[in-house]
Amino acid sequence: MLAYLLRSLTQATLVMLAVAFIAFSMFRYVGDPVASIVGQDATLKDRQELAESLGLNDPFPLQFARFLGNAVQGDFGVSYRQGRPVADLLIERLPATIELAVLSAIVALGLGLVLGIYAALNRKGVIANIVMSLSLIGVSLPTFLIGIGLIFLFSVYLRWLPSFGRGDVVAFGWWTTGLLTDSGRKSLIMPVITLGFFQLTLIMRLVRAEMLEVMRTEYIKFARARGLSDGSVHFRHALRNAMVPVITITGLQLGSIIAFAIVTETVFNWPGLGALFVRSVEVVDIPVMAAYLMFVGLVFVVVNLIVDMLYFLVDPRLRGGATVPAR
Amino acid sequence: MSDSPASATGKPEPSRSMLARMRDSDIWHSFTRSWITMIAALVTFILIFSAIFAHQIAPNDPFNLASLSLLDGGKPPFWSPDGEWRFPLGTDQQGRCVLSSILFGMRISLIVGFLGVVLAAVIGITLGLVSGYLGGTVDSVIMRIADVQLTFPAILIALLIDGTMRALVGTARSEVLVFWVLVVSIGLSFWVQYARTVRGSTMVERNKEYVQAARLIGLGRVTILFRHVLPNVIGPVLVIITINMALAIITEATLSFLGVGLPPTEPSLGTLIRIGNEFLFSGEWWVVIFPGLTLAALVLAINLLGDWLRDALNPKLR
Repeated sequence: MLAYLLRSLTQATLVMLAVAFIAFSMFRYVGDPVASIVGQDATLKDRQELAESLGLNDPFPLQFARFLGNAVQGDFGVSYRQGRPVADLLIERLPATIELAVLSAIVALGLGLVLGIYAALNRKGVIANIVMSLSLIGVSLPTFLIGIGLIFLFSVYLRWLPSFGRGDVVAFGWWTTGLLTDSGRKSLIMPVITLGFFQLTLIMRLVRAEMLEVMRTEYIKFARARGLSDGSVHFRHALRNAMVPVITITGLQLGSIIAFAIVTETVFNWPGLGALFVRSVEVVDIPVMAAYLMFVGLVFVVVNLIVDMLYFLVDPRLRGGATVPAR
Repeated sequence: MSDSPASATGKPEPSRSMLARMRDSDIWHSFTRSWITMIAALVTFILIFSAIFAHQIAPNDPFNLASLSLLDGGKPPFWSPDGEWRFPLGTDQQGRCVLSSILFGMRISLIVGFLGVVLAAVIGITLGLVSGYLGGTVDSVIMRIADVQLTFPAILIALLIDGTMRALVGTARSEVLVFWVLVVSIGLSFWVQYARTVRGSTMVERNKEYVQAARLIGLGRVTILFRHVLPNVIGPVLVIITINMALAIITEATLSFLGVGLPPTEPSLGTLIRIGNEFLFSGEWWVVIFPGLTLAALVLAINLLGDWLRDALNPKLR
């Protein structure tokens, strides 16, 4: 267990360092930090002095170390376009994105599990077949098209739901939530569906496929032969064994939720990190891009670590600690 | 399957035409058995055909500023009372014909997607061959990079590369540059899958006798890899290319929709949807819905084809 944990941690650190390195290279070499701070009419001498005071003439490893040190303390520099510390911008927009992503993940996982199990157990059923065909569309369609379709139906045609923004939010310190107000909840519905739809269809198809696979195995036949009830066979024996790949894929999908949040937030004018990132790509605001990259990298690494840990809970073969599965 | 009498008669004879041999093949058989696949193939064919011949088919020229008239702006599709047959799917605010814009937009979407996938395949196949054949440090370095990149979704990578390249080449000064920035972004975000697949099969091929023979007669590494190993590992790659084609089109459309892809002067389907989205609330739904439906149909059809191809070529499922 400890060796496995250590190995995962080392790998996570290496990935994070690689991400930080890319972020730093972008930060340092793609944009010109000096030109972005001084005006057009600064003299060459001014520029050199500024470069010296910013430490831009130091050797590369030293600069990278300084960048890392600052990043660990939450200092990502100043946004070129907005003139404010990047960390402040990120924190301001973090709650909106987290609320959206977590709700979508819950909806996708919950509904995906239920529908997937249903489709697997009633393979020939009419509803199951309709659900499966619809899911194929969900897997293929780009996120933004689903969002636009929803807006067209519920905001333009039926006029039920707001099409942009978070509505009224309630603030607790630096955290804000839209869950406590009526307009906040209404604003959440369409973005959550849009963001969760792809994950929902993916999880559903995966759960169905895994369940069908497991149902064919010998031990399920044996369980039936022992006279266990359907419920026990389906949920205690089949579902448990179908869950291992589901957990892996779901965990990795959390990354895609972050990625698709970029698109969803743009469609619905959601004031989150993704919208900030798209804006920064548009106007080439390198510090914001670099910081966002680090943030996403951190999320991915942490999620992968958690997924690794979850294997132990689900797969008893790993608990012995003697064998580490080659992934 | 090989012991059935039907396949004994279906043995390819030198005198029979290629068409007849094709009609007897397993692939053709599984193709005609699935009507969904046949519809998907038909839709894909029609869409690609009309994109290639956009110049001949399009009723109007949406880029010729001289022929545009603001008086034609905001016309609905032909079936509504204000619609005109001149503009079958209506016009946008500037009086551009929506159908023609879609045809030309689809053409650009397809070209960007295709070039992006080809670039990804070339990068991936080359790195996969090298990685699998040489092994050792080269292999682990390439595969580590692939691992890290695979942790992140392709769309995010494409956005980052797009942003970085925009900064390097100077933002959007030239449309040609933007076009290639997009192609490279897609190419660099999708290479991993090719590299992994090719590496796997190359490691198997490397130890086979024909490779040893080629080495014995003194052929260079490059010749062995590209002339001898490559044809033996290319099979699975073709399936990935089909499936990735849909993904690449989605990625291009998403980037253009986000405003970091192709500019309105050279609109792809994604750009058209972005522009049309702004008019959604003024009641001109057709400006955004029709490009959206086209994109959906295109992607869905290619996906279905890719799924079928994967199953048809998978020996395990036969």
